[in-house]
Formats: sequence, structure tokens, C-alpha cells
Amino acid sequence: MAERITDIGPPHYGKFLSPVIKENYGKWVSHEIIEPGILKHVAESGAEIYSVRVASPRILTTLQARDICEVADKYCGGYLRFTSRHNFELLVSDKAKLEPLKAELAKRGMPKGGTGHSITNIVHTQGWIHCHTPAIDASGVVKSVMDDLFEYFGSHRLPAQVRISLACCLNMCGAVHCSDIAILGVHRTPPKVNHDRLRHLCEIPTTISACPTGAIRPHPDKSLKSVTVNEERCMYCGNCYTMCPAMPLFDPKKGGVALLVGGKVSNAKSPPMFSRLAVPWIPNNPPRWPEVVQTIRKILIKYAEGANKYERVAEWIERIGWEKFFEVCDIPFTYQHIDDYKWAYDTYRTSMHFKF
Amino acid sequence: MHKTPLLDQLESGPYPSFVKDLKRLAAKKPQVNDLLGQLERSYKEKITHWKHGGIVGVLGYGSGIIGRYSDLPDEFPGLEHFHTMRINHPSGWFYTTQAIREVCDIWDQYGSGILNMHGATGDLVLLGTTTDNLEPCFQALAHKGWDIGGSGSAMRSPSCCVGPARCEWAMFDTLEACYECTQHFQFDLHRPSFPYKYKLKFSGCPNDCVAAVARADQSHIGVWRDDIKIDQSAVKAYDGGELKPRGGATPYAKLDVKADVVDLCPTGCMSWDGKTLKIDNKNCNHCMHCINMMPQALKPGSERGVTILMGSHAPILEGAQMSWVIVPFMEVEPPFDNIKELTERIIEWWAENGKNRERVGELILRLGMRTFLEAVGLPPVPQSVIRPRANPFFYWKQEDFDAEAAGKKYYTTK
Repeated sequence: MAERITDIGPPHYGKFLSPVIKENYGKWVSHEIIEPGILKHVAESGAEIYSVRVASPRILTTLQARDICEVADKYCGGYLRFTSRHNFELLVSDKAKLEPLKAELAKRGMPKGGTGHSITNIVHTQGWIHCHTPAIDASGVVKSVMDDLFEYFGSHRLPAQVRISLACCLNMCGAVHCSDIAILGVHRTPPKVNHDRLRHLCEIPTTISACPTGAIRPHPDKSLKSVTVNEERCMYCGNCYTMCPAMPLFDPKKGGVALLVGGKVSNAKSPPMFSRLAVPWIPNNPPRWPEVVQTIRKILIKYAEGANKYERVAEWIERIGWEKFFEVCDIPFTYQHIDDYKWAYDTYRTSMHFKF
Repeated sequence: MHKTPLLDQLESGPYPSFVKDLKRLAAKKPQVNDLLGQLERSYKEKITHWKHGGIVGVLGYGSGIIGRYSDLPDEFPGLEHFHTMRINHPSGWFYTTQAIREVCDIWDQYGSGILNMHGATGDLVLLGTTTDNLEPCFQALAHKGWDIGGSGSAMRSPSCCVGPARCEWAMFDTLEACYECTQHFQFDLHRPSFPYKYKLKFSGCPNDCVAAVARADQSHIGVWRDDIKIDQSAVKAYDGGELKPRGGATPYAKLDVKADVVDLCPTGCMSWDGKTLKIDNKNCNHCMHCINMMPQALKPGSERGVTILMGSHAPILEGAQMSWVIVPFMEVEPPFDNIKELTERIIEWWAENGKNRERVGELILRLGMRTFLEAVGLPPVPQSVIRPRANPFFYWKQEDFDAEAAGKKYYTTK
């Protein structure tokens, strides 16, 4: 048997850099986006590299990965990378190969785009395809929204970039909390305690301490060795379910989608911001989630119409005021929009600076 | 093949379809057919059919494998075990096709053939294999130079932006810093012994392409502290419309240097008289807006380093936090020993004081910034707050009185 290898860590990235990138590492001087989806970087030496950014659904089969490799072999010497938003980039050093590459991508149904003032790929989570806590699917919602907004993927027609992200439950492994538009799967049912299973599967103290609102208590019938849930206190975060599998909180009818808007990560102009609740609940409606798709389109169009040049969604809303955002987008303002969690006070208005 | 009338509706449309792709593979792999069958069931019933994970792994590691079991194993036998393997990605997600094909060959042999390029933390995720295949798959990958990434209460696979490999704004070598730290913390990455997860991210400039400020317990963002370099003739070219705003990334044909750059500067530290662009660099807060707008005219300065920010995480459990500044400027160079040493001090304090499943940002809020800063040997700096406290409830410690008695203005660090 071959020697067992452990703790070697990932391969050094240096093995995977193309000759142009290696030679000009740290010596790039500027860039242009010559058309949507194609970046051109120029180095001190005058060397150029063209990065052709291509859409990916993030979930890929080895067949698709091999197809991508075939394209990369043909046009860029086998060098490629993936982006932090799960697109891939073909790194072309020979400009003459750009046009044939574009033609081949079009033929293969691999759309280029996602640069500049576009809607790039939606960062997302596993959903029903591979997760045990989701309220909604991930890949299907993403496909539906991106199909609808496709005109914005391969163009630069928005006032600024719009980053959409999706997390299929409040655990937010997609960390969507700083996105221009965040699609969030939400549960709306308190966990149903299965006393028989809980006794065997869960540690009662860790289950109780998992609850941030103190809604979980030891069951008064000590012989059960279980817990009870004060349902009025539960805000369906699912943290107890993470600790204790005997407390599922799934409900096909009540689960759904919340939309949060106005987050950003970059420091450009305004500091990074959290996304904030726009729509507390939209029905979970596979396979195409039409209500989610329409609501996102509505918000996006109002943003595109109302924002100043270079204004991110957050900056547009902060300028016009959130009360105007709800009015412009025709979204009802509800009790759910007013924070009543731990750091609520800093969202309450303590000035006369508001609009009617 | 299972019938999938709902999923079939996701085959059409211009964006690449994961259903179409999975169906291709389903013809060769029965477990992928079962995956589509179970997913169709979820689409019909609007509920997940994955059970709560179990503990599985490879020999000697406690992380990197996520146990996954179907709750309908009789109907979909291929999903009885369908575990995830997180493979630590290379810095900047650079690959050669040869490397990707090697991973594909191994995954075709030992798993479902389904990948995520990539997971939210950054790993190359392999979705779907059986318990028996975990160890041989791991070793086949290891013999090609790959290793498993982090999961659970461990160091998670660090990640970084494209950095100096293909970006003129990388203020430090994000790829090497990411690689160095990943190697340095191998033990903690593979053997969960922390209170909870710990994420390191490295962004080369304040545009923060890996969302370090939102997603890393310890965020490293590149910064400069001298003057922005100006090419006045290029500024004129932007003003004249020869150069396109943002390198051509916008719907706008021409940049209005005054309206689009100077007037949008958050500190008002710029001026433009139609001939010369002036920047009062002492008042620049390096937001990147002007540089983003005119990449061929403006460049970050030469005195470059990183800002270290602490504490971000998603809303579970006390509410989301973004990282805040603890070290405004640190010069760094390979092998990044100062970053590694600071990280070790922070983790030691957190491991000592953190409760089970308490992120470091939550711990700092619970015990106080002073406690944290003193423990890791950092002085108080005004850059770490937006504004000082408004309440009068502050503590004095003996160290403060001792410093006062010794004639020092105030107490900072030991």
C-alpha cells in the first residue's frame, strides 16, 4: 500500500499560474473591461492578459468540469480560475483567440458576463440538493432569478454593480447579510419536539443553551428527559435543530423566502453595510418561484430608475430614505420590519429627518 | 430514470442549468439519478429529504467531511450515504486543466461526480460519496497533492482574492499570505479544538473581493498610507472622454471628473479645476472610489500593508457582525510571521475564554474590547471606533493608576 499522506495542505497556487501571470506577478499596472465579461490587464512590461468571465451554476458535474477544461485547453493553454462569486475565468494570453473563444462559448451555452455594472452570479448555498436545514431550494431559485435577469448579466447597464446572494436558511452559510439583494429561506414554525428521539439523540443543556431567546426549558415531566418550547418566544432560527436533530422546524406551507436589500462589502464611497429587511415573506413556490423573481425584478427596476450614477442599492436607499424605498417599490411596511432583536435600538429614528 | 417533471422546467432559459448538467451524469451514475429523484420529491413536497448529518471522517482528521444521509434510502438507495468532502482550494482559485481533470478522475472513481466550484468558504466541494470511499478518495487526492479543508469547530480553509496574480490594486501578496497561513494552521484545520469556527480571509484592497469584512473572524484588507499616485495626463484623458469610466465597466460613455469623482469622494479631499486633480492625501480614507473610477490615472500609494479587522460572522446567533479594525496598519511580507503570531495569540485567548459555539467576535463583545486588546497585546487606537462611547460607564484598572503615578499620560499596553 502506498504511503499514507496527511496535512500537506492545498497545492501551492504557483503551480497553476500561466507563464504571463507568473512573469508579471505583482507588476500589473491597470485594467480595462473591453466588453461585458472580458477584462484586460496590462503589466509594467507591456504584457497583457485577457480574462473571459463565464457564468456557472456553481454545482458542476465532472462532465461539465471536463467541458470547461476542453475550452481552457483550446484557448488558454489550460489555465483558468474561479471567482469569489463562483464564475470561472478563462485566462487568455493571445488576443487573437478571443473571438474564436467567444464563438465557442456561445455555441456551448456558456454565457460570458458578470463584470462591472452587471448582475453577476448569485452566491448561494446547497438547498434541497444537499442540506438538512433549508427552508427553500438554492440552485433552483438562483436559476430562476438569473434567467429572468439574464439581460443584466452580459451587460453594463445598471448604475453600479448589483450583488445578489442566496442562503436557504438563517444559518446563512452563504453569508448573504451584506448583499445588494439577499434572498433568504425562512422558517416560520417553532420546532416540533420528538420526545422519544430527543432523549436518545440530544444533550439537554446544550439544546437549551442553543436558544438565543430562552424559549427552550427542561420538560416539567422529568421522566421524559426532554424539553419544551415556549412557542411565542421562538423566531425560528433553527439553532436548536442544529444542536438537536429531534427538533425539526420544517413546514412546507409556512416556510418561504425573505428579501433583504441594501448591503455592500466594498468600501467605495460608503462603508460596508448590512442588508436590511425589505420583504418578510414570499411563498416558497418551486420550480420557478415566480413571486420571488417578480419582486426582485421590481426592486431592481426601481433602483435602476431611481439611482444616481455609480450609486449602489444601499446608497440609493439611504439617500431617498427607507420610507421612500417602501413607497417607490410598493412594498408594505409591516411589524416584521421593525427590529425587536438584540441590537434593535440603533435602527429606531430619533430625529425629525423623515419624509411623508 | 426517475421522472422529474418539476425539475425539467429548470432546463430551459439562458442561464446554465444545473438540472441539464446533472441529467447528463445521471445516465452514467445511478446515485445522480437518485439525487434528481429525491430533489424532485423536495420540489413537490417543499421540504428537504436530507437527515441531520452524522459524524464521519477520514483517519486522524476531525473535519472536512460532512456526513449526509437521505431520509428516503429505500426509494433512493444511491443516497443512503451521500457525504460531502471539502477539498482545500488553491489560493485565488487558480487551476490548470490537468489539475481539475485529476480531481475529476478521482471523484468519478470514488464519488458521485458532482462538484461545487466552490463552497461558500472557498473549498472545492465534492458532493456525494459513501463512508467506505472517504479514506481511499482522500488518499488518492493526497497523492496528487490535495488535502481536505476545514469544518466544524476548527480553522476553516482560508481564502483570498486574485491578488497580485492579476490585479494592480493588491496591497500585499494575498495568495502567499493565504497559502502560508493555511499551511501554518494545518493541525487546527484538520483537528477541531476551537470553541467554534475560525475564518481567515485576505483581500488585497478596500474593494474587498472576498468579503473579508463580512465573513471572516479575522479579516485582512490591503491598504496604503501614503499618497495616491496621479497621472495628470490620464486624468485629462478621462475628462476628455478618451478613457472610459471604470475601465469601461459602466453604461456611461464619459467620466465627469468633478461630479463622478471629486463630488462623490466621501471625505471631500479632492479638487479638480479642469486641468489638475489634487488630493489632500492626509484626509483620504482610502475608500477606492476615485481609483475605481480612473484605474489608468490613479494608483494606490507605495507604503503598503494590511489592516486587520476582527469579529465578523453571519446572524447566528446574537445577530450579524462585521469585522472591526484592531490593527490599522501592519507591514507584511512572506512568510507573514507577524500575522501568524497575532492569530495564534488571538486564538489562544478565545480558546481559553470562549464558550461552546461562541465566535470570537461574540466573545469580544461579551468580555469587552479592553480585555481582548490587553490579552493579545494591542494598544487602543482611534481607528478602531467610529466614535467614542457616549455613556459615562467606564472602568479604571490598577494599571491605569500605576501609569498615572509614573507620570505617563495614560496606560496603553504592558
